[in-house]
Amino acid sequence: MSTTHIQLDAQGRLLHFLTIEGLTYHHLTEILDTAESLRGVAERRVKKLPTLHGKTVVNLFFEASTRTRTTFELAAKRLSADVLNLNIATSSAVKGESLLDTLRNIEAMQCDMFVMRHPQSGAAEFMARYVKPHIAVLNAGDGRHAHPTQAMLDVFTIRRHKPDFPSLQIAIVGDILHSRVARSLIHALSILGAGEIRVIAPRTLLPAQVEDLGVRVFHHLADGLRDVDVVVMLRLQRERMEGALLPSEQEFFQQYGLTEERLALTKADAIVMHPGPINRGVEIDSHVADGPRSVILEQVTNGIAVRMAIMSITLGHHHARLTGEET
Amino acid sequence: MRDAEFLIEAMTGQLQELLTRRGIAEPALVGIHTGGVWIAEQLHARLGVTAPLGRLDISFYRDDFSRIGVNPQVRPSELPFDVDNRHLILIDDVLHTGRTVRAALNELFDYGRPASVLLAVLVDRGGRELPIEANVVGAYLTLPADQHVRLTGPDPLQLSIQIVP
Amino acid sequence: MRTVIQGGRVIDPAQQTDRVADLFIAEGRIVGLGRSPSDFTPEQVIDAHHHIVCPGLIDLCARLREPGQEHKATIASETRAAAARGVTTLVCPPDTDPVIDEPAVLEWIRRRAKFAGQARVLALGALTYRLRGERLAEMAALKEAGCVGVSDGGRPVTNARVLRRALEYAATFDLTVFLTPLDPELGNGLAHEGPVATRMGLPGIPVAAETGMIARDLELIRDLGVRVHFGRLSSARAVELIARAQAEGLPVTADVAIHHLHLTDMDLTQFDSRCHVRPPLRGRRDQEVLRTGLASGVLTALCSDHQPHEPDAKQAPLGDTEPGIAGLDTLLGLSLRLVQDGVLPLPALIERLTWGPARILGLDSGHLGVGARADVCVFDPEAHWRVEPGSLNSRGQNSPFLDWELPGRVTHTLLEGRMVYESTRFGP
Repeated sequence: MSTTHIQLDAQGRLLHFLTIEGLTYHHLTEILDTAESLRGVAERRVKKLPTLHGKTVVNLFFEASTRTRTTFELAAKRLSADVLNLNIATSSAVKGESLLDTLRNIEAMQCDMFVMRHPQSGAAEFMARYVKPHIAVLNAGDGRHAHPTQAMLDVFTIRRHKPDFPSLQIAIVGDILHSRVARSLIHALSILGAGEIRVIAPRTLLPAQVEDLGVRVFHHLADGLRDVDVVVMLRLQRERMEGALLPSEQEFFQQYGLTEERLALTKADAIVMHPGPINRGVEIDSHVADGPRSVILEQVTNGIAVRMAIMSITLGHHHARLTGEET
Repeated sequence: MRDAEFLIEAMTGQLQELLTRRGIAEPALVGIHTGGVWIAEQLHARLGVTAPLGRLDISFYRDDFSRIGVNPQVRPSELPFDVDNRHLILIDDVLHTGRTVRAALNELFDYGRPASVLLAVLVDRGGRELPIEANVVGAYLTLPADQHVRLTGPDPLQLSIQIVP
Repeated sequence: MRTVIQGGRVIDPAQQTDRVADLFIAEGRIVGLGRSPSDFTPEQVIDAHHHIVCPGLIDLCARLREPGQEHKATIASETRAAAARGVTTLVCPPDTDPVIDEPAVLEWIRRRAKFAGQARVLALGALTYRLRGERLAEMAALKEAGCVGVSDGGRPVTNARVLRRALEYAATFDLTVFLTPLDPELGNGLAHEGPVATRMGLPGIPVAAETGMIARDLELIRDLGVRVHFGRLSSARAVELIARAQAEGLPVTADVAIHHLHLTDMDLTQFDSRCHVRPPLRGRRDQEVLRTGLASGVLTALCSDHQPHEPDAKQAPLGDTEPGIAGLDTLLGLSLRLVQDGVLPLPALIERLTWGPARILGLDSGHLGVGARADVCVFDPEAHWRVEPGSLNSRGQNSPFLDWELPGRVTHTLLEGRMVYESTRFGP
């Protein structure tokens, strides 16, 4: 990062949450610590905090995703915000309105935060560049580029089980090429000082010069899983067979699917993660997904607290900045 | 400046008397982060309370959130007991505008419906903006608006007066 | 009109001229250099002291957006921009709408250009019908109508059988074929395949998308003896392939777009859609080798690859934007920066912008020899200007060079002896 990234203000505080790249250890731990303090809310009688009372959060989804949208919605509601869900299909039939027009229209509804998912890399940064200054933009996934809230909930989950990042070896397995989750997670783990980050995939599913991201590359699961503390399995999209990247789901599972047998290669207390939704029998065996080492459902639960934290922090900084400017 | 220990001792006596008068046998103590927790820890030991100590971080309940944002040192609230039908003693270091206590009461009620809540503070410096008063006060101070009482701690607990520029 | 351009440093690479001299023009032609022709009485005197006087620039690839995309730009708007920057000849590729695959379209363009009267507009005809890469276009008719060559128009012919026949047919009519090598399948991405694209999650375009096409094309050319020009190379390996083919004596030439000599994939890191171009901006080493290739003459021409856009075309997430840079306004300034950077000397640079492209086109143009058409550019090499939205003459304001300080301010542009631009009168 040469100059200050658009997601930070002049003091380096988060105004938007667009990408993990360029953030500091302090930014990440602030989010993780805040999320930790918010985790208990779900266990209380009233699962609600008044923090964002009177604020409007718009979930702007240009790609279908029930899970992510729901957790963002729940996070906003637990902070007492009003939530508006807009699912904008990107079929050519509705391509008439430009993203900028959509943005201006929603702005006119007096909202305070955009949570956006879009099929194009860089879409969230684009939005952040054009929104009015009081609006915070949260990236809920842009193309192959970034999915920073997912990465934060992943490291949050890892930290709850294994807080000493420098001692950890973490393997990310599967379709790295198309994965925004992998990119953001790699950045987050690097910033937190993880001991070793491995990626395991056939060459067709690895982006060019992926080592530059600070990862160790493995092409065979048996080599890459040896002695790791954390295994992160990625979802394999079915379209990949058509793009001539893989011959079949069966062959992928045989070569890269996580089975109990292969899990035995990892450390005895290794945990298994997956951003969901999982394809049983494609990237992960049901026994592993539902087994004692799996923390997949915990990730879902943690996702709410982490997103609550990011929402409160970014909107808080917005207000701090705007009122600061007024006085 | 008077010794904080001395004030806590005074608070202990007042609280014992008040609890006896009200017939409360098993109260639960809740300190407000950060200073309130330090005082609550001391009172918890001195009163010999059996219920574990509760801690509240009211960052997410502040009515000025939208002005100052989230405190970066926010800590989890912990109420390790059932709030329903419990007699609670809410403890803070300094009572000023009353807004912190308002936020703490709101948060307490999101955990359950207590039987009663008493408020105990180390210092009441006046300047209330809400109809809130403490049941137990270590010391009263009258200060101009540009001066603040600050408690540092936890070891040793010390009160000081600062002038806000 | 008889004009004398006095006291300028005349650089005419075709005659290997580089000296301070007066240039005499009459009836649209150069009539003398240095010594006044007998009984020459000028009607107009241009003072060119401390200025460079050179042939008007010839831009091998400029999209004027007409016909078909008049919301982006028009022949009138872009030829005016060309004149203001010393460009007197523009070659437009055939991917207009309708495609230049029949004489009527060419005729229409020519009429519009003549009406505007600001610059010479030449056109490349389509190599295949509708540029679909399936059937041959009527190349003979296009040549007769005045096309200076035939081209794939930025849509490479993937079917090797069709391409081979198109090359043979073009050779029959002595047409130069202008190809833009980028495999549409392998090149179906947004950024140079490498660490930057990986980090940004942008689909990569490998170098092989370019070199694979060039290698195939070179093998097809080998037996046919057809002249082929490869436009807008982007990679080091492409330059190496062309150099080797030239050394073997194949009749191939190549050019590079000016922005590939100043930008790299690093310029995309803020998802700056103004840097979204095809072929993509590549790495540092590619840029170095392209610069060396221009200096050595493997690349015979430097062009603007001008692609003006309306603001909406660039205001979207990168992948939803249209590729291309509005490059006409900055062609000369950015080229002169290469001289400042020590890439090549000024006369060699002027050659790549004038006589070099003229030879590729087979035109008697791009030089100042006696009898030549008086297309002349006069510029002050010491005057710098700042690229600002208001300073761009093109209707397309999509320039990634905003805020750059560029050398070289054009003071006069003459088209066949007629003044089409004079800075004191119209300029900033």
